[in-house]
Amino acid sequence: MLTILFDGIAYGMLLFVIACGLAVTLGLMNFVNLAHGAFAMLGGYCAYVLVNFYGVPFFASLPVAFMFAAMIGLVAERTLYVHFYSRSHLEQVMFTIGLVFMVSALVDYFLGSQQRFINLPGYLQGRFDFFGVGIGKYRLLIILVCALIVIVLQLILGYTRFGSRLRAAVDDQRVARGLGINVNWVFALTFAVGCGLAGLGGALGAEILSLEPHFPLKFMIYFLIVVSVGGTSSITGPFLASILLGIGDVAGKYYAPRYGGFVIYTIMIVVLVLRPQGLFARGTAK
Amino acid sequence: MNTVNTVQQAVAALKQKRAWHWLEYLFWLGAAASVFLLPSQHALLTQIAIWSLFAISLDLLLGYAGIVSLGHAAYFGFGAYVAALFAINFYGEPVTGLLVAGIAAGLLGLVTSLLVLRGTDLTRLMVTLGIALVMYEIANQMSWLTGGADGLTGMPVNPVLGFFPIYFMAANAYAYVLAVCFVLFFVAKRIVHSPFGYSLRAIKGNPLRASSIGIPNNRRLIAVYTIAAAYAGIAGALLAQTTPVVSLTYIDFQRSADVLLMLIIGGTGYLYGGIIGSALFLVAQKFIGNVTPQYWEFWIGFALVVIALFARDRGVFSIYERISGALRSRKAKP
Repeated sequence: MLTILFDGIAYGMLLFVIACGLAVTLGLMNFVNLAHGAFAMLGGYCAYVLVNFYGVPFFASLPVAFMFAAMIGLVAERTLYVHFYSRSHLEQVMFTIGLVFMVSALVDYFLGSQQRFINLPGYLQGRFDFFGVGIGKYRLLIILVCALIVIVLQLILGYTRFGSRLRAAVDDQRVARGLGINVNWVFALTFAVGCGLAGLGGALGAEILSLEPHFPLKFMIYFLIVVSVGGTSSITGPFLASILLGIGDVAGKYYAPRYGGFVIYTIMIVVLVLRPQGLFARGTAK
Repeated sequence: MNTVNTVQQAVAALKQKRAWHWLEYLFWLGAAASVFLLPSQHALLTQIAIWSLFAISLDLLLGYAGIVSLGHAAYFGFGAYVAALFAINFYGEPVTGLLVAGIAAGLLGLVTSLLVLRGTDLTRLMVTLGIALVMYEIANQMSWLTGGADGLTGMPVNPVLGFFPIYFMAANAYAYVLAVCFVLFFVAKRIVHSPFGYSLRAIKGNPLRASSIGIPNNRRLIAVYTIAAAYAGIAGALLAQTTPVVSLTYIDFQRSADVLLMLIIGGTGYLYGGIIGSALFLVAQKFIGNVTPQYWEFWIGFALVVIALFARDRGVFSIYERISGALRSRKAKP
């Protein structure tokens, strides 16, 4: 029982790290980015290639995966995404789904369509007992790393100059521009960091999330649930939503494997219908 | 006096828009001729016709009412399953099956529209996607009824209206599908050029202004959602009647995404977009898919990105618009 809770939290944390970048693009920049999962997948494959082919230590591959996804994100933002900020949501959907298809096919072409596993170092495998609760070492690592990321993110957003610039740019783009904030640059950097985090999450969770070319489509719905159910007015909303989703998904698969997906989608619809702004949104913000 | 003139002008302009262009006559004559002229391509043409109908139903939502749906396959699949189950358990006459499927899918659309029409674009996207996923799960779980992952087989297909056999007769089946498509296209064309259709476009353009000139936004959107769902259900029923098995692929995300792609390739908001788009898509799939079946996805993604970048939501229609616009401006100059 507690093990399920533990695994669920690990899963939810992972979802959050991947989806928080999406929370910014989708919620704050109002851009429907269905290709967000593609960046997570690229990070995952980056770590896979490094660890399995070149023998790079697992921990060293994580920052590389982050940088790799962030660089691709930055380039994509500057060259492609930037044209779509003012377009309709339909065009954004088309464009990002197109990207997903291309990335999936490319990954399939270069790395094959089978599911890939990263060779984890020995000390991360297995589990130990902690007051009768079985705790997987790998999942414990995920929780620790993700918790660290959440704290750092919260600090950056709340207490740094960049964080206040970002919040200003999101609250009111025009006024922020008027105050001399380079909004384009702030968005580009945020987008890159969001992609990087997705890549990091993809690398970190390659074992749990099953790394294969159709990863972005398979998990798109999960990331969207996190963002739309959690609301986008703060970082805590998506965080709580992803923890809930993680626990719900793991518990659902464990207790009622036949109805797991059904329950989650139904809850999502109900939440969205009752609270279109998200479960944890502060009243009617806009 | 002056206002009367303006009104007359407006009425004349609207009537002119409603009238059929000669290219349209040509198109449908060509489609009818293809029954006799392209006997080897009937399987592909049938697919194109069914997908066209499905895309037209999405066009009613997206192109006219501005509702983005990522889960339109929910109604397609529901219609297909209803038609198959109805034929197995009650009566195997296809047109009756179409009607039953259309009504059932329309009812599902009516009920679900209450969920979809709340909230913003993003919420709609999520809710439509969620509905399709829930429908998929239901079809998957109720395997005693739907056959689950194995699919539903053994559906009887009697002669259409009692005298026109279509079972395993490619030419007849194609003629039947084409006829249904034409009738429904005709109805759709009347719908979009009716006051109802214009009010939908008003809502799409600016919901606030539309409601302030007295259009009941919600009721109109519910109505069009119901109609579109019924259309999708009929398209699904057609596919069920012309293929031997109804399976979960009728209702999966790939189908919702594909129909959106077809519509977007052809362009939204003029009904022919769905037809052109599905023809281009399926023909391209046939040829590119033959060369590199695995990487077909790459090219469709590439096409989407390019269309999104340059043609916006008018698809290939924008090419026609640009050419005719250029011709017109040249004519106007001297």
